[in-house]
Amino acid sequence: MSLELKVENYRYPGYARSVIRDVSLSIADGETVGLVGPNEAGKSTLCLVASGLAPASVGGELRGSLTIDGRPMAKLATYELAERVVVGFQNPNTQRSGISATVFEEVALGPMNLGLPLEETVERTWAALRLLRLESIATRNPARLSGGQAQLVGIASLLAMRPGHIILDEPTAQLDPAGTRLVAEALRQLADAGTSLLVAEHKTDLLDDLCSRVLVIDGGRIVRDGPTAEVFADPMLVDLGVEPPARVRLQRALAAAGLDTITGLEDVVVEQARSAATVLPEAAAFDQ
Amino acid sequence: MLLTLPIAISVVLVSVFTRAGETVLFTVGPFDATAEGVDFAGQTLVRLLAISTSIGLFGLTTQPAAFVLDLERRRLSPRLAFIALNTIEAVPAMVERATVIQAAQRARGLDTEGSVRARIRGVLPLVGPVILSSLTEVEERSLALEVRAFGRPGRRELLWRSPDDTIQLLARLLMVAVLLGLIVGRLSGTVPSTP
Repeated sequence: MSLELKVENYRYPGYARSVIRDVSLSIADGETVGLVGPNEAGKSTLCLVASGLAPASVGGELRGSLTIDGRPMAKLATYELAERVVVGFQNPNTQRSGISATVFEEVALGPMNLGLPLEETVERTWAALRLLRLESIATRNPARLSGGQAQLVGIASLLAMRPGHIILDEPTAQLDPAGTRLVAEALRQLADAGTSLLVAEHKTDLLDDLCSRVLVIDGGRIVRDGPTAEVFADPMLVDLGVEPPARVRLQRALAAAGLDTITGLEDVVVEQARSAATVLPEAAAFDQ
Repeated sequence: MLLTLPIAISVVLVSVFTRAGETVLFTVGPFDATAEGVDFAGQTLVRLLAISTSIGLFGLTTQPAAFVLDLERRRLSPRLAFIALNTIEAVPAMVERATVIQAAQRARGLDTEGSVRARIRGVLPLVGPVILSSLTEVEERSLALEVRAFGRPGRRELLWRSPDDTIQLLARLLMVAVLLGLIVGRLSGTVPSTP
């Protein structure tokens, strides 16, 4: 069972130029795949296409196919897609329904829409809130949250639906390091439970920590697809304007200084550099 | 209530000074203030007061979300419930967005205070971004709702039920009975009409 996407090209309505071209992507159950690329590379569009929202809701023309768990998605209504795959966007304000008086109701909206029994809706909602440690704000008005809290609530709203496949477009854009680690931990738990994940992010440290595989997109094409360590070690990333994770930058800094590195040791050094970031500004540079 | 004040003032002025009548109370320029006009203005004001009071009472005592969700529990379509609720909630959200955009425009040197001319000049750079950002937000929000299976047909189990005890039920029945009684009374002539 997996998410299979084959795109010859996709273009938005009213535009002649294709935004996604020649993409062939397969994500297995429990696999966590990162997606990186420069701005305007097509990351968000690929997320929309992989979720089926483009062209189903967004419109436009897709030459290709999306198959989820062996079933073609082309003819399905968006609510049927939502039972299989969900996508989270980067702007937390537009993730809100605008009709919920509390965070709990906001997170419960998806399970409610799925027509689940009340007990299961409540159970799923609390589970999603607990996973992202949001229980303490369950009674707060979702319109009165900070950007980071709103982003976590948006992610919790998706997790409560318990789809087989989750696509996240910059899920930690507004989160501080603690919030980012919280999301990473939640996503890891989901992957362990068999959920497949596609995460588009600029924070390569998060993807380095979370993903087993990384895709690099540029000009609407997947230009690199491979194991995380290999892809992030590729010098091409810098040319594309994608900053490699701290681990890779540290390795390169050590190599440039003529120091030998022992595999695995750099992780320890990075962790120590992160811990020392408050006292050593130069060490903080490795955690940016 | 204060919101109805401008309407009330205009109703009084128009009624008192333009209503034809035989009993002229006083004259202002070419306009005669008549007793008939004062009588008509009084009746209109009472109606206006009744309407604004009932709307105000409803707004102050009812949470929009609770009201609409209770309607949904009573078989209103979830889509209609969403439209109704989002419409109600859209007003404060738009005011908030306008405030933020106004602050941003001020930070860039736009004069939004002072003379009437300056204020009018400041409206355009404010209205454009408010409308455009609202439209963009609507598109993104509709996608986010679809992701959460919003369009799924069939009923959904709502999280909670509004408290509705016997006294409230009896009060509602009584109000409906009084309304029906007044209508019947009015049609039969038992209840006199206002002149």
